[in-house]
Amino acid sequence: MTRVLLPTHLRSYTAGAAQIDAEGRTLGEVLADVEARHPGLRVRIIDEQDRIRPHVKCFVAGEQAKELSVPVTGEVQIIAALSGG
Amino acid sequence: MLGVGVGFVLGVVLGVGVGFVLGVVLGVVVGVGVGVGFVHGVGVASKTRLRFRTRPLFVRRGARYKGTQRRGSMGTTLLAVATRKGLWLYRSTDRKSWGVDGPHHFGSIVHHAVLDPRDRTTFLAAARTGHLGPVVMRSRDEGKTWTQVGTPAFPKGEPRARAVDHVFWLTPGHADQPSSWYAGTSPQGLFRSEDAGESWAPVSGFNDHPDQAQWVHGDQDQTPDGGKTHSVLVDPRDPAHLYLGLSGGGFFESPDAGASWRPLNSGVAMDFAPPPPDGGEYPFGHDPHCVQLHPRRPDRLWRQDHCGMYRLDRDRGDRWERVGRAMPAEIGDIGFPIALHPRDPDAAWVFPMDGGTVWPRTSPGGKPAVYATRDAGASWQRLDRGLPAEQAWWTVKRQCLATDAGDPVGLYFGTTSGELWASADEGAHFASIAAHLPHVYSVTVGTPA
Repeated sequence: MTRVLLPTHLRSYTAGAAQIDAEGRTLGEVLADVEARHPGLRVRIIDEQDRIRPHVKCFVAGEQAKELSVPVTGEVQIIAALSGG
Repeated sequence: MLGVGVGFVLGVVLGVGVGFVLGVVLGVVVGVGVGVGFVHGVGVASKTRLRFRTRPLFVRRGARYKGTQRRGSMGTTLLAVATRKGLWLYRSTDRKSWGVDGPHHFGSIVHHAVLDPRDRTTFLAAARTGHLGPVVMRSRDEGKTWTQVGTPAFPKGEPRARAVDHVFWLTPGHADQPSSWYAGTSPQGLFRSEDAGESWAPVSGFNDHPDQAQWVHGDQDQTPDGGKTHSVLVDPRDPAHLYLGLSGGGFFESPDAGASWRPLNSGVAMDFAPPPPDGGEYPFGHDPHCVQLHPRRPDRLWRQDHCGMYRLDRDRGDRWERVGRAMPAEIGDIGFPIALHPRDPDAAWVFPMDGGTVWPRTSPGGKPAVYATRDAGASWQRLDRGLPAEQAWWTVKRQCLATDAGDPVGLYFGTTSGELWASADEGAHFASIAAHLPHVYSVTVGTPA
């Protein structure tokens, strides 16, 4: 199990939980498991071409992951970037 | 009209009954002041309330249109006001006093929210936030509760690698196809749902048309927050006959449920491009801001374009006529929205904006006004009674001007400054029914079951 940390933007999908557990060997697999457990969340951060959306950042074990193929070696953190208005 | 409330009313009412009525009411309100008003209508005084059934000031005498009219007791009128920060719902049973319900989807950019006119219960709303991807929200109880349903998406791995940034437009499908909906997206794409938004399929005849990238000037050359697919129109006579507008790209027609498309822009100016080398016209590349089809006369289309106001009667040809030429020169015929009378195909309302110099996109001179035509665009009348007389630098976006089915027709608009204005008499008088909302992105009218 991998711990996944969520920004406030996504906690409506997890009944307010700031962190959840999910399984997977890659970031893509972890997010697929997140989607299975919390339907509707994945589309908010990953587009239909499997790209991480422009104002979202994903970190795996403290390193920014720019593709879903990145192996999961530790905690996954999803951050909504400082943008908007 | 002053003098509504407790007090005694001295009224002189002429011509009670059907027809054009001129009433003169002198009202004196104890403890409040003195009100003198001239109204068209029938005044009905009670101890606590003075009510008027008004007739619009600019309607031709004798002009009557049969059909779905609401006189006397009305059902509920619902306004869905989608904003940059959420959705608010306003309900009224008399179009005078309004109750507010919201925000829904607080903090989300809501581009469009539409109550299905077929079941009058299902609501779809297109939302996203500044950070997160797009969603479609659905309510099955007239907007009381919402759940996330399917999001339109381009096929994974498609050659142009497009991804839906946001759903900009929602159109309920044909009356004979009760769960069908269309979604217009940014970047420009068209999607169809057969299950009231639960799932969406790309309309590949449009999205993958070999000329589509040309139509939309390429995916990089678009309006500031992305190209828009809008004005998705379904011919009430034929569910397979579709129209859509592209900002930018032009206006297009499909005769076969979206399998094939052709541009429909003849006669429309394209001032932002050099004249074609052959001296002719560009077939596409235009920027229609809003196009409406008249429900009683589906061959009539009205178009508020980046380059003027137009009308097209398909039964007379395929060339748009620039009816905005009849607008006052100092106002011009640039704007975003256009709204139609539900019964009279010759009547339409627009909200002009300043399209000069650097395109400020505000009301011209800071003096907002709706303009109305009753003669198919041959003439336009300024309607600004109740609106700010000066120093009002807002405008009304393409989805933000709407009419109801009442008689007289109710006219509603939301502004870029977060105000919601209403007229219960076809624009003869306006009153603000909400202020201090976020930037308004759409105003739609529904009649809940």
